[in-house]
Amino acid sequence: MTGWARLGLGIAGIVFACAGPALAQAKDTLTLGMVLEPPGLDPTAGAAAAIREVVYANVFEGLTRIDGEGHVVPGLAASWTMSPDGKTYRFALRPHVTFHDGTQFDCAIVKFSFDRARAPDSTNAQKEIFEPIAAIDCPEPETAVITLKRPDADFLYGLGWGDAVMVAPQTAAQNQTTPIGTGPFRFTRWVKGDRVELARYAGYWGQAARLSAVTFKFIADPAAAAAALLAGDIDAFGNFPAPEILPQLRADSRFAVVIGATEGKTLLALNNARKPFDDIRVRRALAYAIDRRALVTATMSGAARIIGSHYTPNDPGFIDLAATYPYDPARAKALLAEAGIAPGTRFTLALPPPPYARRGGEVIAAMLQEVGLNVDLVPMEWATWLDQVFKRSDFDMTIIAHTEPRDLAIYARDHYYFNYHNAAFQSLFARYRETTDPAAGIDLLRQMQRQLATDEPNVFLYVLPKIGVWNAHLHGLWSNDPIPANDVTGVYWGN
Amino acid sequence: MRRHAAMAVGGAISLALLAISLLALVWTPYPPTAIDIAHRLAAPSAAHWLGTDPLGRDVLSVLIAGGHNSLAVAVVAVGAGLVAGVPLGLLAGRRGGVVDDLLMRGADLMFAFPALLTAVIITALAGPGAMNAALAIGIFNVPVFARLTRGATRALGERDFVRAAQLLGRHELAIGRVHILPNIAALLVVQASTQFALAILAEAGLSYVGLGTQPPAPSWGRMLNDAQTYIFTAPRLAIFPGLAIMAAVLGLNLLGDGLRDFLDPRLRRI
Repeated sequence: MTGWARLGLGIAGIVFACAGPALAQAKDTLTLGMVLEPPGLDPTAGAAAAIREVVYANVFEGLTRIDGEGHVVPGLAASWTMSPDGKTYRFALRPHVTFHDGTQFDCAIVKFSFDRARAPDSTNAQKEIFEPIAAIDCPEPETAVITLKRPDADFLYGLGWGDAVMVAPQTAAQNQTTPIGTGPFRFTRWVKGDRVELARYAGYWGQAARLSAVTFKFIADPAAAAAALLAGDIDAFGNFPAPEILPQLRADSRFAVVIGATEGKTLLALNNARKPFDDIRVRRALAYAIDRRALVTATMSGAARIIGSHYTPNDPGFIDLAATYPYDPARAKALLAEAGIAPGTRFTLALPPPPYARRGGEVIAAMLQEVGLNVDLVPMEWATWLDQVFKRSDFDMTIIAHTEPRDLAIYARDHYYFNYHNAAFQSLFARYRETTDPAAGIDLLRQMQRQLATDEPNVFLYVLPKIGVWNAHLHGLWSNDPIPANDVTGVYWGN
Repeated sequence: MRRHAAMAVGGAISLALLAISLLALVWTPYPPTAIDIAHRLAAPSAAHWLGTDPLGRDVLSVLIAGGHNSLAVAVVAVGAGLVAGVPLGLLAGRRGGVVDDLLMRGADLMFAFPALLTAVIITALAGPGAMNAALAIGIFNVPVFARLTRGATRALGERDFVRAAQLLGRHELAIGRVHILPNIAALLVVQASTQFALAILAEAGLSYVGLGTQPPAPSWGRMLNDAQTYIFTAPRLAIFPGLAIMAAVLGLNLLGDGLRDFLDPRLRRI
């Protein structure tokens, strides 16, 4: 090699080295922050939302999936048909689908996954999804036929939940610690207490992910989360825990702030079986007495949508009933007087740990004081709340967010902690469950929302916001949370 | 001279703390729990000298009422320590022998546990609340006062006037009350002022982690907890209660140090 050639190579080397930082800008990895670390990584064996926020759509897939708009779209089933009586579904399964360990996906996997989920010893958190199933048949490897005991309007939707993802027989038992699914990302490492790492799966059946690796980092403290974001250690928070610093983040061009809705219906839940909450006038008085706009300002820095029923804008057939009981303390007082509630009457308000409850409790207590009611705040740890309020129904009022999507069913139950019983609602719900006509289903969903707004079994407050904060160059993250998920399959870095 | 100045400053701060806390019983600029969402997070102004908090409460009022609650907890905690610790110390000091050994080893055992951690465990078990926090802190004041009283009692026991009283057949209770307590009172006051400072700090710590004073009752520790998420946008919410805690602890410690120097005859002569 001549001296000149060596010099040329040297220069090329220097140029290349200088180009390093420029090349690094074409980033293809993502560090995503989460508040809670999941207890395990198997969405078919645990209710925690944090499990789904790591693995849903990324690692595991089901026959159908829920997209960022809350719609049911094809997943591992490319298409399906329903029999006219609504009892038989025929799924055409995608070919050439493999699990991350190479196992072939076919109808036997579907049968295994659903039989496992609905088995008596199953630890699935949403067994009612599978309850209507009568039989699963495999006429050929790429076709699955599921027969139901009765029509179920929510069946395809339920199959899109994290609880209904496909798991392989050889690896299902280890999914809590080493999840093996069919998704575009495969699990690589879990550093307990710190992070979970995923990498792109080369053998994915569909369009490959644009990110090569994703790290889910767990930061429980809101102030630390904010600091990590500002320092650039975290690229994105699907659900940012510190609404207080949003004004600062909005003013910072490095970040995109996207306020969407979760499924977290936040309620002032009332014990309908206990006097005087069995009196509709009292429940309505409480609804009139609470200035929900001010409540949202105080607890969520204004970033939340007010609701008037147990239903969110993400859900099909949503109607806005927020104006049913406008803030009107005078009317509240009149209704309380009519119901014979003397000024100065004392109630207790049980408060679980989240700030929406603790801070919200102080605000609501002050508002109820305005209409002459004295409220004793009772802060509780989760274990106490679950036992005393949720299990034993021993409470007057509590503040709680119901995060399960489309859970109108809880108002049709015979036993549930707030003790709402209305035959009219139950019959509406029964008709809805068995309807196979989508238009009729939507109509029934609307009637149920109106029934709840009329009865006001709980004071419906607001939908917990999904406060998305991420690097302004990042694209493809969900704006809303129609189900708990951090779907990063379509995420990429722009310029 | 410098020592006296420090004591004067400490005394002034402690007196001011006491005065403000007593004032809180009858008056604060605004009701400390009055919520006013429309004026939340207001900057300090003529109407609100220290601004308002995330729920629109007047920070100065919350601070004053919080000081009252902190002081109340500290009074109960130190009081419990004195009431239980001093008699135990007298008993150990006068009896000696097995009683002394048992009581002092018990005290050693309690000193072996980190006080705040154990207070956390006690309040977590007994349920959070200001009264439980006061008792949890109080329990750790018992061995402090017991050990101090016991040591001083032993020293005094060798003195002629105590011996004389003993020879004259005075009852042990009377000896304790007439001859010993008045002579160790100064020591106890000094120790109490230091324990007071520690109790205020402990109450703030317990309330900060949610085990002390419960909402809506104001407390400095709770104010700090509430302020945490606003540290980037409204740092004053953390600074004011932080300053209050610092001033109270500093003042009480200065007072305690000054009193000790003042009351210690050996140091006084120097």
